[in-house]
Amino acid sequence: MSQQKQTATPLSAPMERPPLLKRINLQQYVVYLGFLAIFLFFAIVLRDSGFLTVRNLSNIVLQTAPATIMAIGLVFVLSAGEIDLSIGSIVAVSALAAAVTINAYGMLAGIAVGLGAGLAIGLVNGVLVAYVRLPSFLVTLATMGLFAGVARSLTDLRSIPVTDSAFTGFFGSGALLGIPSLVWWTVIAILIGHIVYRETRFGAHVLATGDNNRAASVSGISVPRIRLAVMMLSGGLAALAGLLYAGRLQAAKYTLGETDLMTVIAAVIVGGTLLNGGKGSVVGALVGSLMMGMLNNGLILMGLSVSDQMIVRGLIILAAVAVSLREKAR
Amino acid sequence: MQTSSSEPVLVLKDIRKSFGAVTAIENFSLDIRPGEIVALVGDNGAGKSTLIKIISGVHAPTSGSITIEGETVSMASASMARAHGIEVVYQDLALADQQTVYMNMFLGREPVNRFGLLDRRTMISETEKLVKELDVRIPSAHATIRDLSGGQRQGVAIARATRWASKLILLDEPTAALGVAETAKVEAIVQSLKSRNIGVLIISHSLDQVFKLSDRICVLRRGKQIGIRNTAETNKNEIVSMITGLN
Ligand SMILES: Nc1ncnc2c1ncn2[C@@H]1O[C@H](COP(=O)(O)OP(=O)(O)OP(=O)(O)O)[C@@H](O)[C@H]1O
Ligand SMILES: [Mg+2]
Repeated sequence: MSQQKQTATPLSAPMERPPLLKRINLQQYVVYLGFLAIFLFFAIVLRDSGFLTVRNLSNIVLQTAPATIMAIGLVFVLSAGEIDLSIGSIVAVSALAAAVTINAYGMLAGIAVGLGAGLAIGLVNGVLVAYVRLPSFLVTLATMGLFAGVARSLTDLRSIPVTDSAFTGFFGSGALLGIPSLVWWTVIAILIGHIVYRETRFGAHVLATGDNNRAASVSGISVPRIRLAVMMLSGGLAALAGLLYAGRLQAAKYTLGETDLMTVIAAVIVGGTLLNGGKGSVVGALVGSLMMGMLNNGLILMGLSVSDQMIVRGLIILAAVAVSLREKAR
Repeated sequence: MQTSSSEPVLVLKDIRKSFGAVTAIENFSLDIRPGEIVALVGDNGAGKSTLIKIISGVHAPTSGSITIEGETVSMASASMARAHGIEVVYQDLALADQQTVYMNMFLGREPVNRFGLLDRRTMISETEKLVKELDVRIPSAHATIRDLSGGQRQGVAIARATRWASKLILLDEPTAALGVAETAKVEAIVQSLKSRNIGVLIISHSLDQVFKLSDRICVLRRGKQIGIRNTAETNKNEIVSMITGLN
């Protein structure tokens, strides 16, 4: 029976790995090409406006650190087939809760309360998504509004200064071995995120859940636990982003994280993570996030008005989503 | 054709399953011995897939008992069935389409090294070995399921089940999407399970196939168990009239 002709695949070398070039999937590289294109564009157009100075470039990296940290969480959430719209509100609540606690009880208590607040909101999101089986889009749309309100009422719209120099050094303005702490946070979070995503059973189960949750479940994977875990991971990382904002700005305010949601979603999708789950990349999200930061920076240097910046960014996000969805339908 | 002395791997007794007002299975009883191939036949909607999902722990039966190698079990979850050496090839295959063949082969049971990281090398080499053994023609263990043909996907699902089963394999229309050559290949694989003393419950709409493969045939009609026949002692006409209820 093995003599029969089969049309679907060449039979000559059934178990050979396909050549490298064929395995490379263009969509994975869109983000790197896009990054390069935007970089070159600004480098040429803005060569006299200081875009290429070390100071400006390192500023871009520092400014994107919180968004990059949030993006890692969102890679896991999207890969599991869910979404988390509440990350911006978690940033504000966590930063404020941490700031108030630091001023009253010191740095360690502040970190614990800040991260705890993010994990707790993630837990609420996760339980509603995983066990009550409400769509994550609606759950986190509601908690986004809810906790934006909490952030406003928490300190009566006031900004809370954070003067604890150990905290601000560790989370924002300090440096180790001449490298700013925000860069350390970014590198470490990306490394750990990448390894957990690509090289652990948890990462594999997240992908399987987002890909085909029924298959995951009959394969013995606890789908509800995976859903809960990604929502909590996202909440915890958004809280960390909140601490980084508070450390860098030496203050916390309800507006922190307010405009990050769109940037983070765009970074993650441009970075090759599918909106409907089953496939993604942590490193891609980093590059996507740097690309978004560079875009913001360059558009400002070009002197575009805020409204024009929003329009251009919106168009680029639209293009990115189009590429992502085309890939899925392939 | 089967030694009736060995203890059954699976005994189903008075299984009933209703979905709300719909009764999908009534008073179903069956036992399967090691190395025995039992065919489950019946028209569309007769309850065949539901029965397989009850045995594999996807649905809990409304009443009745399931006994595996003499031990009465409550099959509360799919992982429990797997722990008992039962593997299933579902009608929809239950593959994660955007993952590789080797990740699907080890879905939920991925081996890890001493650092807790995925042991891809083991997964890939075992997958390649198995795929070669079973003569499932896929381009590579690294191929993404989505890029495979229907027959190749079916091959992956069957390879996965044979890799992990130690007692019983449940096959839900394993050749429905296959060409002539692939069908013959799957039939050969099913027959080879006999020598491993694995029991098989196979759902098929092809009576030719049922008569070629099975030791016994069990007929379902609208959730009712119409009867069980030894394949050697019956014929297609009898089975057809049992399936349809017409003479
Ligand atoms: N989860 C469910 N909820 C409600 N009803 C269900 C469910 N699963 C199956 N049924 C019903 O149970 C009956 C049997 O369905 P089942 O899928 O077992 O049929 P089948 O014999 O496998 O048919 P086919 O040959 O078409 O695959 C059908 O009437 C179906 O509508
Ligand atoms: Mg069926």
